Amino acid sequence: MAKRDERMSEEEEESEAESMSESESGGRGESRGGLDYIMSLPDVPMKLPPHVELQRTRVFCNTDAPNHTDTIQYSGAFASVGIDNSFRLDHFRKDFRVEVIRCSDDDMEFDMIGIDPAIANAFRRILIAEVPTMAIEKVLIANNTSVVQDEVLAHRLGLIPISVDPRLFEYAENNALNERNSIVFKLHVRCERGGPRLTVKANALTWLPNGSEFPLQSEDPNSNSTSKPKTYTSFSCSQDSLPEFSSNPIGFKGRLNDIIISKLAPGQEIELEAHAVKGIGKTHAKWSPVATAWYRMLPEVVLLEEIEDELAENLKSKCPVGVFDIEDIGNGKKRLNVARPRACTLCRECIREGEEWEKRVSLRRVKDHFIFTIESTGALPPEVLFTEAVKILESKCERVISELS
Amino acid sequence: MEHGSFSDNTKSTFSLADEDHTLANAIRFTLNQDPRVSFSGYSIPHPSENRVNIRVQTTGAPAGEVLKDACQDLMMMCQHVRSTFDKAVSDYKKRNPEDMDTNGTENV
Repeated sequence: MAKRDERMSEEEEESEAESMSESESGGRGESRGGLDYIMSLPDVPMKLPPHVELQRTRVFCNTDAPNHTDTIQYSGAFASVGIDNSFRLDHFRKDFRVEVIRCSDDDMEFDMIGIDPAIANAFRRILIAEVPTMAIEKVLIANNTSVVQDEVLAHRLGLIPISVDPRLFEYAENNALNERNSIVFKLHVRCERGGPRLTVKANALTWLPNGSEFPLQSEDPNSNSTSKPKTYTSFSCSQDSLPEFSSNPIGFKGRLNDIIISKLAPGQEIELEAHAVKGIGKTHAKWSPVATAWYRMLPEVVLLEEIEDELAENLKSKCPVGVFDIEDIGNGKKRLNVARPRACTLCRECIREGEEWEKRVSLRRVKDHFIFTIESTGALPPEVLFTEAVKILESKCERVISELS
Repeated sequence: MEHGSFSDNTKSTFSLADEDHTLANAIRFTLNQDPRVSFSGYSIPHPSENRVNIRVQTTGAPAGEVLKDACQDLMMMCQHVRSTFDKAVSDYKKRNPEDMDTNGTENV
C-alpha cells in the first residue's frame, strides 16, 4: 500500500513556509483562533492535487488489470503534503449518506456513500453468517415409507425458511426445549391407494403451539406418574397464548408455502415431528436469513475525448447494457454521451478492441460508493436485517472493549 | 488477551478468540486512521481455528488504550450508519406508500 505516493510541488512548499510564518504571528492569540486563521488562508493546501485525489478515490479498470484498488487508510499517508488523512467522526457524519433505490418485502437495493470497504464487507459477512433465524434442527420420524430417505427428508426440512421473527426467541441450550426457544411442527400425510400421486408441500407442515406430541420412551409403565406424559419438549404454556402469536400463527409466508418437500405414490405415508431452534449461518447455512447479500462499487464511465459520428455509433452498439447515448448537436453531427453509468457491468467491451479505445474511454469505480442489494428469505424484512447486522457489529466491538478493560 | 512487553506498552499483539475477518478488518481500518498508530495489522494464525491476532504499535500511547478508542470509533460509526439508514428507509416508505403486509408484523 503506497503511503507516500505524491511529491511536493514548489508552490506548495512555498505556501507551507508562508503558512508557518503566519502561524507564528497568528498563534500569539488563542491557539484555536490561530488554527482557524491558518485554515482560512487561500494558499494552504486543504485538498490534494487533482491527479492524486483521483487515485485516492477511484479504481481504474484497465484492460489488463484494475489499478489503485486499495483504499488509503493510513493516517499519515499525505503527511508530506500536509493533509491529515486521519479519521474524523464529524467529517464522516457530514459525508455519509444512504439512498434507498427500492425496498420491498423480499429484497432491497440501497446506496451507501462515504464508507470504507472494510465496514461494508463486515456488514455483508454479518448479514450472511451472523444474523440469527429459526430453522428446523431435529426431526423425529415415526413413519416414512416414501422414496425420500429419512436423512434426506430431514435435510430438506431444515432448509425451509420459517417466517417468524427470531428476536422473539432465545437460544436453546442442552436440549431443554420449551415454548421460549423452539417451534414444533407436525407433518402427517398419506397418499391413498387408488388415488393420484401426492406432492407434499411446505404448507402440509402444521404448527403445534402446545409442543411435542410424541411421548418419551423412558416412561415406566408401572409408575403412578402424573396424567400428562412427558414429551420431547416441555412447554409450560401454549405458544398461541403469547400475544405475538395469537393473531399471527407461525407458518410460511406467501410463496414459501409451495416449497416441495417430497412426493408420495399411492400407499406411502410420512409421519414426523420437526423441532425448530434459533441459530446463525456460521453453524449451518440453513440459518442464514438472506438468500444472498452483495454489494458493488458505483461504476463511472468517462469519455476522455469527444467522440462523434461514426465512432459514436460504433461505441454505442458495442455496449451490451446501453450505457451510452447519442445526441445530435446540430449540423448533422452526433456526439456520444454517457447516459446510464450505473448500469455498467464492467464487461470492458468498449475498450477491448485496441489501444486507441483505452485512450477514449476510461472505466472507473468510485471507491466509497457501494450499491448494496439484500434478498431476504422471509423471516425478517431486508431493512430490519441490515439494522440487525449493524447492531451485531456494535455488540462485537463492545465485547472487545469489555475484554480489554 | 494481550501479548506485549511489560516495559514497553506501546507495542503489543491482541489475540481475540471467536473472531474472524469480519471484525478484524473493520478494527484494522479504524486503527489505521488513528494518528497515534504507527503500525497496525491483523492475521489469522490458522483458518480452522477461530482466532485473530491484531498487532498495534503506537507513537507513545499505550496500545490497549488505542485499541479501545478504535473500537469506540467503530461503534460510533455503526450507530451513525444505523440512524442514517433508518431515516433513509422511513423517508423512502413515506414517499412510496405500500400496502401493509398482512402476514407479518411491520418492524421498522
